Amino acid sequence: MLVLIGVLLVIVGFAIRLNPLLVVTISGIVTALLGGMSPLEILNAFGSGFSSSRSVTIFVVVLPVIGLIERFGLQEQAKALIAKLARLTTGRVLLGYLVVRQITAALGLTSIGGHAQTVRPLVFPMAEGAALRRYGTVPDKVRERIKGHSAAADNVGVFFGEDVFVAVGSILLITTFVDTTYGLHLEPLQLAVWAIPTAICAFLIHGFRLLRLDRQLDKAVQEARADEETTHAAPAGGQA
Amino acid sequence: MIDVESIYWLIGLLFVAWAFLIARDANHPRRWGSSSFWGLLGLCFFYGTAVEAKTAPAWVLGIAVLVLVALASTGLLGDGRSTTTTEEQRTVYAGRFGNKLFIPALTLPVVTVIIVLLAPVLKIGSRPLIDPTHTTLVALGIGAIAAAVVGVAILRPRNKLAPVFEGRRILETIGWAALLPQMLSTLGILFTQAGVGTAVGTLAKGVLPSGSLIAAVVVYCVGMFIFTVLMGNGFAAFPIMTAAIGWPVLVQGFHGNPAIVFAIGMLAGFCGTLCTPMAANFNLVPSALLEMKNKYGVITAQVATAVPLLCANIALMYFLAFH
Repeated sequence: MLVLIGVLLVIVGFAIRLNPLLVVTISGIVTALLGGMSPLEILNAFGSGFSSSRSVTIFVVVLPVIGLIERFGLQEQAKALIAKLARLTTGRVLLGYLVVRQITAALGLTSIGGHAQTVRPLVFPMAEGAALRRYGTVPDKVRERIKGHSAAADNVGVFFGEDVFVAVGSILLITTFVDTTYGLHLEPLQLAVWAIPTAICAFLIHGFRLLRLDRQLDKAVQEARADEETTHAAPAGGQA
Repeated sequence: MIDVESIYWLIGLLFVAWAFLIARDANHPRRWGSSSFWGLLGLCFFYGTAVEAKTAPAWVLGIAVLVLVALASTGLLGDGRSTTTTEEQRTVYAGRFGNKLFIPALTLPVVTVIIVLLAPVLKIGSRPLIDPTHTTLVALGIGAIAAAVVGVAILRPRNKLAPVFEGRRILETIGWAALLPQMLSTLGILFTQAGVGTAVGTLAKGVLPSGSLIAAVVVYCVGMFIFTVLMGNGFAAFPIMTAAIGWPVLVQGFHGNPAIVFAIGMLAGFCGTLCTPMAANFNLVPSALLEMKNKYGVITAQVATAVPLLCANIALMYFLAFH
């Protein structure tokens, strides 16, 4: 039970906003010591953990091409393109991306999207472009919300699309784990089929929220402008 | 055969190149700290090959990783704000190149998908050309190179190495968050080795009232959610909760259909992934990539989807898995 102190350290560390790298490292060391590992075993675990998890840093390979096309105005072009399409609102742009992301992930094409590959260069500029067309300028607070929702559309789409595809990591993890531990013979396809109801629920819930997003942004923009007016009006009032 | 190690070497090479660029940048506010961080990270990617092949001791890499954490958490790492085009210049370029700008962006996924689909038939003699165990990673690496080449050919930057310079700009805005997903993955391994899973399983059994199906379903799904939040991914939570409740109580005790119980249980865990900073590559790296002021802004946008979806998963499991 003592090892659970490590879990507690993670929660406390994040809560008091220490550098997450430091939190994770210290919690790892403390947990390992409480679990009776020797310093050499701990260093070995850090080393082999790093080398076996290099695949999660794969996003780095796409930074050069994304950086290059950004330099030549990709985001500006994406905004301009959306500005021409009058019926596209921020919510509808993101709903469209959610549909594409979920369907392609369900077909096993998870790497066709992603935060580095599509959200930064294309999805966010398009969602922002739609907002610019509607409001003229976008207050910082609203821009932040559009950013959050752009990343969220990618996450929801890929999480609840990919499990419908049979060869995805989580499906294979389930089958290998339960087959070896409990002697079952589960077929990946059986699991993938039962991921479909959740995929539909995820689409309905998140899609509904995205359709409501436009009205929420309308309100947020109005509020931000009202705030701005009162701060501008204040000195004038003081003079009178 | 192009195996996944060559992609890791490509990543390592990029980090070393960026470290070199930073070292040459006299205006960089954290020049030497930043350069050492990215350079050492690059070398770790090379050394990792030997660790995986068990030809070199892992503890050397362990020390290097701790040095990286020290560099990042003591403020020696910073954003050098490398020079790039201004917004006005970009608008002019956008007018000149128009929709041609999308070609490199689309080359990336298209090449990736083509290689993934062709991989099973691409063979030299009887040997596969692409590592069959990591097809997608290798395909993405090749897709990224192809897209950069196409980008340079279409946009004709004055310096042909412009993709490397511009890549550095994005990397520095991400900063230490680039290392976090790997560190979290390592933490998961340490937690497992230290026996956190067993401790948690004992706790979970203690809170479960016996004989109630709905209570067991709720504890399994909510447990998957909570441990995914704590450990950052559903894969780490699944063996713990399944050993504690999923198999002994739901499948053996209540005769649930194992495929339905496990599939929906995992998806309940994914709802937790939407809510946790521990899932750094989904929730913290994108907020750094998008240069958000609030690094938890992505999570804020996701919580209102995750909670109702968790309830939906509980209902789906309760009504579908037990007949």
